[in-house]
Amino acid sequence: MIDEIGHFALVLALCIAALQASLPLLGAARRDAALTGFARPAAVAQFLFIAVAFFALMRAYAVSDFSLANVAANSHSAKPLLYKLTGVWSNHEGSMLLWVFILALFGAAVAVFGRNLPPALRARVLAVQAMIGVGFLLFILLTSNPFARLVPAPLDGNGLNPVLQDRGLAFHPPCLYLGYVGFSISFCFAIAALIEGRVDPAWARWVRPWTLAAWCALTVGIAMGSWWSYYTLGWGGWWYWDPVENASFMPWLIGTALLHSAIVVEKRDALKTWTILLAIITFSLSLIGTFLVRSGVLTSVHAFASDPARGTFILLLLGVATGGALLLFAIRAPSLAGGGLFAPISREGGLLLNNLLLATACATVLLGTLYPLFLDVVAQKKVSVGPPYFNATFVPIMVPLLVAMAVGPMLSWKRGDLLAALLRLKLAFLFMAAAALVTLAAMGIASIGAACGLALAAWLLGATIVEWTERVRLFSEPFPASLRRAWRLPRAAWGMTFAHAGMAVVVAGIAGSSAWSVERIETVRAGQSVELAGYTLALDDVNEVTRADHTALRADMRLLKNGREITAMHPEKRFYPVEGGTQTDVAIRTDLLSDFYAVLGDSDGKGGYVLRLYYNPLVPWIWLGAALMALGGLVSLSDRRHRVGAPARRARALAGAAAQPAE
Amino acid sequence: MNRVLLICAMLACAALSAAPAYAVRPDEMLRDPALEARAREVGKELRCLVCRNQSVDDSDADLAHDLRVLVRERIAAGDTNAEALQYIRARYGDYVLLRPPFQADTLLLWGGPALLLLAAAIAALLFYRGRRVAPVPKPLSAEEQRRLRLLLDGGTEPRATKLRGTER
Amino acid sequence: MTARRWPYLVPVAVFALMAAAFYGGLGIDATVLPSALIDEPAPQFDLPPLPGHEHGFTTEDLKGHVSLVNTFASWCAPCRAEHPVLNALAQRKRVPIYGIDYKDKEEAASAWLGELGDPYDRIGADSGRVGIDWGVYGVPETFVIDRAGRIRYKHVGPLSQQDVDRTILPLVAKLER
Repeated sequence: MIDEIGHFALVLALCIAALQASLPLLGAARRDAALTGFARPAAVAQFLFIAVAFFALMRAYAVSDFSLANVAANSHSAKPLLYKLTGVWSNHEGSMLLWVFILALFGAAVAVFGRNLPPALRARVLAVQAMIGVGFLLFILLTSNPFARLVPAPLDGNGLNPVLQDRGLAFHPPCLYLGYVGFSISFCFAIAALIEGRVDPAWARWVRPWTLAAWCALTVGIAMGSWWSYYTLGWGGWWYWDPVENASFMPWLIGTALLHSAIVVEKRDALKTWTILLAIITFSLSLIGTFLVRSGVLTSVHAFASDPARGTFILLLLGVATGGALLLFAIRAPSLAGGGLFAPISREGGLLLNNLLLATACATVLLGTLYPLFLDVVAQKKVSVGPPYFNATFVPIMVPLLVAMAVGPMLSWKRGDLLAALLRLKLAFLFMAAAALVTLAAMGIASIGAACGLALAAWLLGATIVEWTERVRLFSEPFPASLRRAWRLPRAAWGMTFAHAGMAVVVAGIAGSSAWSVERIETVRAGQSVELAGYTLALDDVNEVTRADHTALRADMRLLKNGREITAMHPEKRFYPVEGGTQTDVAIRTDLLSDFYAVLGDSDGKGGYVLRLYYNPLVPWIWLGAALMALGGLVSLSDRRHRVGAPARRARALAGAAAQPAE
Repeated sequence: MNRVLLICAMLACAALSAAPAYAVRPDEMLRDPALEARAREVGKELRCLVCRNQSVDDSDADLAHDLRVLVRERIAAGDTNAEALQYIRARYGDYVLLRPPFQADTLLLWGGPALLLLAAAIAALLFYRGRRVAPVPKPLSAEEQRRLRLLLDGGTEPRATKLRGTER
Repeated sequence: MTARRWPYLVPVAVFALMAAAFYGGLGIDATVLPSALIDEPAPQFDLPPLPGHEHGFTTEDLKGHVSLVNTFASWCAPCRAEHPVLNALAQRKRVPIYGIDYKDKEEAASAWLGELGDPYDRIGADSGRVGIDWGVYGVPETFVIDRAGRIRYKHVGPLSQQDVDRTILPLVAKLER
């Protein structure tokens, strides 16, 4: 019964979305407040209906209702409750429902929290959002219905892939979707602006919080996915340039470009057309990602079961949404008025360089990901593009970006003095030299690659610190005055500092782990120990353990350094009888500066076990840095200025002006 | 359906997508650490054909194991890294290489990033060159000033005054 | 105005190309890898027989006539599905079918053939190395070999009757001329 209600709720949501997609647009064109006013309640209603459907599905999983084909295929009564619930989005149909749930959530959020938006713009944004909703709801109802029944209902389900039964991974899809799908709002703002024929600084201010929220979520989602694959898949890697990973990384790259170019629109009323284009492209990349994962067009570790019929539908959605948006862009964008002028060497010039490099990096990743498909279609030749290609092409584009990232914030608007900026960065040069020298001294000349990477990270960190000290006039004013300034700094400024610092930490983590990770593979018996990187790992015993839905081989090990015991480690190899799969549970000991990583392998039949040990210096900094970046985004999001709306009267105009200090 | 069956066959050959990681096994490893390091490098450049996006070095699949053993034999027999890679490539085609080879049909792939950078640079150049000085806007007439004030007040033009108050 | 407009058409044009490639891609099976050995001579090999069989399978067996080489294993489900097609083809005595028992246990393979029928003129037991020389990456796979012992065609996956009638047999006929 509840399943039927869920199904019906989806249909109702589709009807509302269809109305929401059309009436407000009509209303905004005709300046009819009743029609425009329909958008807000419709968006909230659409969200509520989809929520009913989503929670109905979740309930079906929780009670193990195997009369639903989706539940029977992806769950099992012996699963712990957490994995029953998170199993909702572990499969194609459920994750599509999550997709539209988040789409509608963002729509409702704009309806409820977007009070500062002019009504006509808000109506148009919600209408475009509803159009996307209509497309995906149709897709779900016609090709991927999670409420399809299985008659007769089986006694038990097929279970959940053991690799997915992990606390960290369970929440990775919702986070990722909050990111990817969240960028739909930026897309809607762009379309609304094109329809209105106007992009002004106020538009940039209104679109910013939504873009920031989506960007934060995507940063966390990607970092979570990377961290999960590091501790689950057991070979110490954290990024594989897999097509599906690339599909989430590309919107992140362009989303970052969008955040930066919107600053230029807001502060200087320039780069408008480019910003609109970026907003369209970010979400289009999300749609392309959705297509790639679900159509079977590319092989990937992550891909859901492929189905060309679904692929065709998504391609159609992609064609209408992206094709339509880009066509609208081609028609309307030329009439958008050009904006403020600026010299190539200036803050705006720096932001433009940032954008060009990020766009080139993204285009490179897209090229590498799609090239095999392109060659197969055009020449029927199969070629494979793997990590060696991406590492060889992506890194050289990012390096100049990281260098420029340090200098950009030091330049003034409109026309900057590069030499003066570089001179003010003396501290950053110092940091860079120190990092390089310390690395070479400590690790030898062979570490030249790591030295360069760490030097780059130090350069960026140093520059971020210098920029902050300049803002608070740390060295030019008495300390209490600086402290007061720091206290009063707009949160967006703190956000930038944290985010750029976070990036520096990530670069350091990548440099260190790529250059200095060491590995040891040995067959070890109980009572023996292995040495790696100055640590000793003693294997005490290996036992069999039986748990609710799996049996495991569990090793009892102790990690020692200089004879002192640091911690116990218990890597496991688990066997899941229902799904028939094996899963390794890696043991990691981290001191936040490096990881000691142990994997239990097969028995050699003679009492020995294969142990794979890794020592990964600086790897935790990759995720700590990402967390710092996301924190920066959140801090920036909480800036009061994002909530100031269009100035109305003299009084409000004064308040508005006070809240926008000249920078 | 056939494709599904084949995928099942290939996955039965691999250790299923719940891939535990004990890829390179101690009994495979060469005794000479320098040769073993080279074998690992070569393994990282070969794609595991029955896995989804893993290298032969990372994968548990039987085929990956066989290829790792084969690579070690070739290296121990005196092949250079390139020769060992070519040996496998001759049997499986270009697809087995994770680093796409430099040849006529990958010209666009390898040349692409440089071309894209060039395009970006040209776009920036054209952007900076092509801008004209923005004309100074004329001051507003009295009628336009009145309309402006009304817009700031109520968000709608006088024509729609009957609907004022339904927004916000 | 038109001169200024063309750059704005670039994004939609690029997208249109991409969408066309996606559409083309939907019709392609991303999991099937074409053989790198088409028109190359079959590799040199000498495989031992299965228990209970007199002859193994060597390169020499391929010379002088058109033949099919089929890789199979007792642990392979699709091989079971395709086996009746091979049996039917063997009954017609149209073209010799040779088998490579790929990474299998000999007793299991013999039992499997005993249960499902043996369409093979010769069978070689392969631990996997010969399969690599043939570019085999899964089972079943079927190769068409010409008179000179060159590989002319590879079919990946189980053979259906349709595959045999529409592709394999016409090719065999062509190679026999």
